[in-house]
Amino acid sequence: MAKKLLLEKAHVEGIRYFDVYRREGGYQAVEKALKMAPNDVVEEVKKSGLRGRGGAGFATGLKWSFLAKPEGVPRYLVCNADESEPGTFKDRYLMEFIPHLLIEGLVVASYALGSNRTYIYIRGEYAWIVAILEQAIAEAKQNGFLGKNILGTGFDCEIYVQRGAGAYICGEETALIESLEGKRGNPRIKPPFPAIKGLWGCPTVVNNVETLAAVVPIMNLGGEEYAKIGVGRSTGTKLISACGNINKPGVYEIDMTISVEEFIYSDEYCGGIANGKRLKACIPGGSSVPILPANLLLKTAKGETRYMNYESLSDGGFATGSMMGSGGFIVLDEDQCVVRHTLTLARFYRHESCGQCSPCREGTGWMEKILQKIENGDGVKTDIDLLWDIQRKIEGNTICPLGDAAAWPVAAAIRHFRDEFEWHVNNRELCRKQNYGLAHYADEIHVPA
Amino acid sequence: MVKFTEDKMKEVQSMIDRYPEGKQKSALIPLLHLAQQEFGGWLSAETMDYVASLLSIEPIEVYEVATFYSMFNLQPVGKHVFEVCQTGPCMLNGSDQIIDYIKQRLNIGVGETTADGMFTLKTVECLGACGYAPMMQLGMHYREHLTKTKVDEIIEECRNKQ
Repeated sequence: MAKKLLLEKAHVEGIRYFDVYRREGGYQAVEKALKMAPNDVVEEVKKSGLRGRGGAGFATGLKWSFLAKPEGVPRYLVCNADESEPGTFKDRYLMEFIPHLLIEGLVVASYALGSNRTYIYIRGEYAWIVAILEQAIAEAKQNGFLGKNILGTGFDCEIYVQRGAGAYICGEETALIESLEGKRGNPRIKPPFPAIKGLWGCPTVVNNVETLAAVVPIMNLGGEEYAKIGVGRSTGTKLISACGNINKPGVYEIDMTISVEEFIYSDEYCGGIANGKRLKACIPGGSSVPILPANLLLKTAKGETRYMNYESLSDGGFATGSMMGSGGFIVLDEDQCVVRHTLTLARFYRHESCGQCSPCREGTGWMEKILQKIENGDGVKTDIDLLWDIQRKIEGNTICPLGDAAAWPVAAAIRHFRDEFEWHVNNRELCRKQNYGLAHYADEIHVPA
Repeated sequence: MVKFTEDKMKEVQSMIDRYPEGKQKSALIPLLHLAQQEFGGWLSAETMDYVASLLSIEPIEVYEVATFYSMFNLQPVGKHVFEVCQTGPCMLNGSDQIIDYIKQRLNIGVGETTADGMFTLKTVECLGACGYAPMMQLGMHYREHLTKTKVDEIIEECRNKQ
């Protein structure tokens, strides 16, 4: 069994409630942190090597140290709970089952950053979780871990939950801030970065739910001990939400030393491909990251075992690798059509584009239309090149990363499954009749007994 | 006339109190959720103007927000809204067939409401339930691991709520 730092207690009966959470050792991180100087807490997080768990993987301690601290200006911490990346449902799990872990992490982080007013921005659809979080906040307050003069240290902190209303783009930190200010979720041009000018023009840190929860074990263990878990620059544990055609979809906490093969086939995790089928492809880090065919997923281009960590998943760059991203692990079996799957993702990004930048606003729509045409059996060979051309013209040409996120899945699908696109345009009658792609892509691979 | 009850006005005030003075516009999205819930499941121009007046902002500031976010309905909807996810991971687990089945059962297309005003069918993009696919949102909650039988049960359940 892998070491669990976040979900170890998630299934203790009643852990949603303060008394049980506290009895199980909860809020010790707050007690410890509030005895330290705020900057020392930041140092511990730096030492831990923790990287943002929302998708970008930026060093959390470093992000915290960028926060401007002008005299007399309030600073804000905002928790990004706008989990909307297709394939990702780990933050929901954490908030639903062990909400106090997030609240505890938020108190510690608020103290470290000097935020007296902290917001959790949660996607609007997670409506029932709002009540769970508000209950946890009220309990923490009753017990002196939140509110005025926390543990008699003179530190005041209030946490408020803000519901979004259905917009993937609000997961981008400046769009999230705009939304929190009561506006459309249009990302801002950076710089200035939120650390200088964020919420209401004040210095702001935006962190993902899992990132903030991880601050708790970092405080409890100490940054150096935390950094010993995992491998290289992939320290600590990571929540992976696994879905698609596997036997055991769900949220798993892994230490980042296990191989992709073990993660897919071991009964401790995904339990193998559903219905006895073969693995065809996988998007290992949420819909935005490149899809990989089975052979490149389990082994790198150099023939080395691929592991479930930041470095190994991105080994080979976008040519032969992918990314850890948000940990949304989407598995496709041999009967799934890559064109059709990519079409649903293109439709998603077209729907979610905020419309500010032309390459993204227009390009996502064009990509969806062309993919729909190919999938419907109306495609011609030049459509594939056109699709490639459009994605290339979106990437890097937009204010925020949504453009890149829309371009990458299309690019990777063509890069690795061009034959399947060609099959669609060469077999137009046939692909109208059958909804699956080419089974031969599921290369014969070694399946551990 | 559109107007919150006294009780709801207290809720409105507590929403506004979450933000520093002068930043009451931040309460706009929470207020629109509340207004949609209280005033018939959608946001009419009258409702949006009312919300603008509560926050001392211009009506256009409300319209531009209401039109941006997909959870706000700008047209009347049925009593029960089936919002079925159709993005990748749900598609891999048969959401297309579920959507077809609901269409056939309710005899409506996507975006339509049944003649008796009971049901509206919407397709939505990823709701973060990929491991429990296929799924739909019904009111404040998710219905997961959908099958045809489950869809039948949900329709029955909604009809019995009459």
